[in-house]
Amino acid sequence: MRNAFINALVELADVHKNIFLLCGDLGYSVLEPFAENYPDRFVNVGIAEQNMTQVAVGLAREGFNVFTYSIGNFPTLRCMEQIRYDVCYHEANVKIVAVGGGYAYGPQGVSHHTTEDLAMLRVLPGMLVCAPADPAEAIAAAHFMATHRGPGYVRLNKTGEPVLHSQDLAGRFGPGQFLPIRDGEGTLVLTTGAIAHRILAEINTARLNWALWSAPFVGAYDCEALLSIAKHFSRIVTVEEHQLNGGFGSSIVESLNDLYAAGHCHEMPRVTRIAVPNVFIGRSGTQEYLRDAAGLTLAGL
Amino acid sequence: MTSYIDFARQIRLRSLELCSAKKTSHLGGAFSVADILAVLYGGVLDISAADPRAVTRDRLFYSKGHACTALYATLEAQGFLSEIDLLEEFTKDGSYFTSHVNHNVNGIELSTGSLGHALGVGAGSALAGKRRGLDWNVFVILSDGELDEGSNWEAILFAAHHRLDNLVAIVDYNKIQSFGEVSQVMGLEPLTDKFKAFGWEVAEVDGHSTSELESVLQGLKRSRRGHPKCVVAHTVKGKGVSFMENSLMWHYRSPSVADLAAARVELERG
Repeated sequence: MRNAFINALVELADVHKNIFLLCGDLGYSVLEPFAENYPDRFVNVGIAEQNMTQVAVGLAREGFNVFTYSIGNFPTLRCMEQIRYDVCYHEANVKIVAVGGGYAYGPQGVSHHTTEDLAMLRVLPGMLVCAPADPAEAIAAAHFMATHRGPGYVRLNKTGEPVLHSQDLAGRFGPGQFLPIRDGEGTLVLTTGAIAHRILAEINTARLNWALWSAPFVGAYDCEALLSIAKHFSRIVTVEEHQLNGGFGSSIVESLNDLYAAGHCHEMPRVTRIAVPNVFIGRSGTQEYLRDAAGLTLAGL
Repeated sequence: MTSYIDFARQIRLRSLELCSAKKTSHLGGAFSVADILAVLYGGVLDISAADPRAVTRDRLFYSKGHACTALYATLEAQGFLSEIDLLEEFTKDGSYFTSHVNHNVNGIELSTGSLGHALGVGAGSALAGKRRGLDWNVFVILSDGELDEGSNWEAILFAAHHRLDNLVAIVDYNKIQSFGEVSQVMGLEPLTDKFKAFGWEVAEVDGHSTSELESVLQGLKRSRRGHPKCVVAHTVKGKGVSFMENSLMWHYRSPSVADLAAARVELERG
């Protein structure tokens, strides 16, 4: 997924001459094609994410669409105030790209576990939060962010994610939209990010007739889509590789509640949230091990 | 240089009036930076109220956003705030004249108020100028206290590494920060040597000598020697009013009616 996104960005930069890429001294064996093709629009700013974000704003003011790139918490939580004040308040054309969402860097420890970013970023006014599920969504995210004007965040996994979408996503990929991965009845499982593949495997293995949809953008959901979900499914399950507090599931509950409170649906839909139970997991482990340890499975349902 | 001196006096008198009328803080820092702003806007910056977003303009990033009154007063005097009653609008409900500078005000490049942001943004703009082969300048005005922020030192490294010689940082070194003297809270000395060691070209000036400021800033504006440039401007907090000078209290206090009258007499006498 990471390579799919970056390769797409390399192609897009040939067309969109305002794309500029900053990295925080990470991206070895990934970013070289961009750096080699567009040396005038690439800078490794060193291990200094506050400054990376500030420099991005300075470049964006002068007409560039600037992508900042680093691992998980570093281009996000490390420089949260720069993102809030310099990027979002000034509506700067800056896209933050974090690689290693959730437990993708599992054995590297809590420093590299990216499990609070969705909550932190989605609270910011004007920030579009995007967590692709597979390489197809990652490529669509690159295309979207190449032309979207304003702040954006892309949370990538790392490598090895199978393609979940057989059809072209053109025209269907955007804020507020859901992308069906699997049809079903009764229960709808909504996921964001790369955990979709694991959940699909669980549904298939258990021979459940549940629907599975991906939500590549977190927050600001299409109201008609949510009302349709509430009407057609008796239960909604959200799954995310992120803390329970304030994350993807929370955003779904909030949006459904607001529709319910405004009288747009007759009863509040039943939503089960599967997320990291607001704990740090300090033990080493593969991404799959840590997903199990955090309880990110449908097994309990 | 008489006009610069008059301009600086005008900035101080208006800042005094604004802080007093609206009961806001940070007058001491507004007074320390007044001469720097007078020289920049009075004769150094290529910027015009008639076309404040001109692509070719010099960019000024005001990192010490708390000393807002001095910049608002400067912009008002330069015609950026036409048809706006600044005294009425400043901190009024619904107004963009917040007590930390706001980019929704004509002529203000960047909202600041949280410290340690503008130098990095300025460096990004300077990099854009370099990459596009454009010859405008970026000026950043910093407070001394905000040099405690690590983000500034990230930007200081960055600007030197990328040889941003179109960037001029000016430190308003008034020696007093929020809760004490700089030397007591978090010493910066030897400040000039620090910037030099980081690869910057540095000039030390008397930040209240408009002739010295003019000479140094004009020279640095034109020079392109492969290094970012820093002006360490030695200033006095509360400069111009004897009972405010070098006093921590005037980082916070807004002038009473009696303070206002006494200060006005001193400023008008010069």
